[in-house]
Amino acid sequence: MSSETQKILTTDGIPLEVSLKKVERRNKFKAFLLVAPLLLFLLIVYISPIIGMLFNSVDDRMVTNALPKTFIAMEKWDGKDLPSEEVFEAFYIDFQKLIEEERDGKLSTQLNYEKNGFKSIIKKLRRKSKSFEEGNYKEQIMAVHERWANVEYWRAIKRRAPAYSYSKYLKGVDMYQNESGRFVQVEEDRRIYKKLWVRTLKIAFYVTLFCFLMAYPIAHLLATLPLKYSNLLMICVLLPFWTSLLVRTASWMILLQQQGVINDFLVWIGLVADDKRLVMMYNETGTYIAMTQILLPFMVLPLYSVMKTISPSLVRAGKSLGGTPFITFWKVYFPLTIPGIGAGSLLVFILAIGYYITPELVGGASGTLISNQIAYHMKYTLDWSFASAMGLMLLTGVLAVYWVYNKLVGIDNIKLG
Amino acid sequence: MALPKYTEPHYRIWHYVYLFICACVFFFLIAPLFVIFPLSFNAEEFLVITDGMKRLDPDAFSLRWYKDMLYGTKNPWGLAAKNSFFIAIFATIGAVILGTVAALGLSSRYMPYKGIIMATLISPMIVPLIISGVAIFFFMAKAGLAATHTGIIIAHIVLGTPFVVITVTATLSGFDHSVTRAAASLGSNPINTFIKITLPLILPGVISGALFAFVTSFDEVVIVLFLAGLDNTTIPIQMWTGLREQLSPTILSVATCLILLSTLVLIAAELLRRRSERIRGINR
Repeated sequence: MSSETQKILTTDGIPLEVSLKKVERRNKFKAFLLVAPLLLFLLIVYISPIIGMLFNSVDDRMVTNALPKTFIAMEKWDGKDLPSEEVFEAFYIDFQKLIEEERDGKLSTQLNYEKNGFKSIIKKLRRKSKSFEEGNYKEQIMAVHERWANVEYWRAIKRRAPAYSYSKYLKGVDMYQNESGRFVQVEEDRRIYKKLWVRTLKIAFYVTLFCFLMAYPIAHLLATLPLKYSNLLMICVLLPFWTSLLVRTASWMILLQQQGVINDFLVWIGLVADDKRLVMMYNETGTYIAMTQILLPFMVLPLYSVMKTISPSLVRAGKSLGGTPFITFWKVYFPLTIPGIGAGSLLVFILAIGYYITPELVGGASGTLISNQIAYHMKYTLDWSFASAMGLMLLTGVLAVYWVYNKLVGIDNIKLG
Repeated sequence: MALPKYTEPHYRIWHYVYLFICACVFFFLIAPLFVIFPLSFNAEEFLVITDGMKRLDPDAFSLRWYKDMLYGTKNPWGLAAKNSFFIAIFATIGAVILGTVAALGLSSRYMPYKGIIMATLISPMIVPLIISGVAIFFFMAKAGLAATHTGIIIAHIVLGTPFVVITVTATLSGFDHSVTRAAASLGSNPINTFIKITLPLILPGVISGALFAFVTSFDEVVIVLFLAGLDNTTIPIQMWTGLREQLSPTILSVATCLILLSTLVLIAAELLRRRSERIRGINR
């Protein structure tokens, strides 16, 4: 017998180790094959468009495509003094083409974003350029309006030369890049987005807090009651959970209106005068009340499932060792429920931060969130690259919380119903 | 939960305060749903509880708005209901097939990169709907599927699969894999084993995932708002328009029907959960 240990062989004469590895590889492949259809499907119709939003948000080719010749001519211009005749001529040719295709309006909007005052001088140039003579375009364009002779405006055009820019992200936090390339805040009275971010975080935070404060006692009750009673009470949690979001929002609209049920009741018991009915809708209050009720089940269910696993004998042991009910609760019971609190709070926070329907319907002007602004830009201003930029900023925040959730709770521990 | 006799008075008081708080929260959760029922039977056009209703005067109640919902002029609800069911049924079928197959793979102990793949598959549930809406809208516009049923169904499959994946993996976590091995050793091929052995055992999870997917699609409004044309209007879209423009009692009749529907879904889900626990031998 040799001192080497004999390799164990399978019946085909292949070493067992190799054979096992092969089987494992095949099993891995089989498992992956099962997941592949869904993964591929999601990658195509869902993940790739989200990544596409990234390109949308930095895409700034509008002006570049509108003035191709101008930007080629501008490459030689150092940006100190007025550009040369060559640039003016190229600009004139590009501009004539835009007028033909009726795209000059879009150009003026875009350039006006960059620098105020472009709108009127482009309009004027459009009118006057019809009677331009060939040659010496610099003189002729500068004669249209004094701003065309101002080097600042030509610099503004040059700044739009790059095909990609992150200006939409700056706009999303009320900032912009000024002429000298510094990041500056917009004027005080035009800052809207920063306020909106703060409000979104604030509302999401307070809704989470309210949900926690309300969910904790009832989850505790549900977990400690005998099963036949708790099943009955559980319906109160599950029925709203399964009911259409719009139905629940509609019921809050009926309740909160000025002529609504709550106000009627308050007037009837004499707490509020008939002519001083409370305004609880189309403002922040409406958003808080409706969102708290709608998201409450998402807090109750994880808390309940954690509390259900806590043995009542632990609390009894605490009491038998001399703890008062409050101390046993605080020192024994509460720490055991922290995983449930974490799961519920993160879930509610994630859902609240991106909420759209309810704030749109009951929030009015002061109760809307960042989602509503994204929808507004998608539908009304059609500034899709800005909507994409805001969406991605929101998504980054949500994914950060999701990551924490995944680390702390584990994504496969999400409880449904 | 009776208190022991020796409980001190101030704890006794605290206990009743606690019960009172719980009652208030339960009331806050459930009462808003019940305000819809009486108002949907209102004989008047206003969304307030009229004096007649307070006196329980039979004349103050009517089925007027239900008639309007069913037979009203230029009635949008018929088409909306048809579209909603059509979209939800096909979205559910798609989500269940893709989700169940993926869950089978995910539950295999050989599955590589399980964490990251699971997180990806669940992400449509976590990403704010408005962002999903924008992204899917860009995709559908490029693919030429905007304002088609197909486009909406695909979008709803995306939203529905996470629920199926979660419920089916949960069912599979208590699944005894020796039964499939036993089937294989008795000469059954994998597909036959799946249909005859695995599927019946995980069926409660599959159906409860299907319920979630159905309800998600049936209730979804944000993505449909981006994708729908005039022909693809759904019940949530009609409700959304109604709630934004004018709250008419007809909406409340529809809402009442939806609450009844969700009650049915709730009962079904609850029965399934119990059955599933019984099959998996979990006694709580």
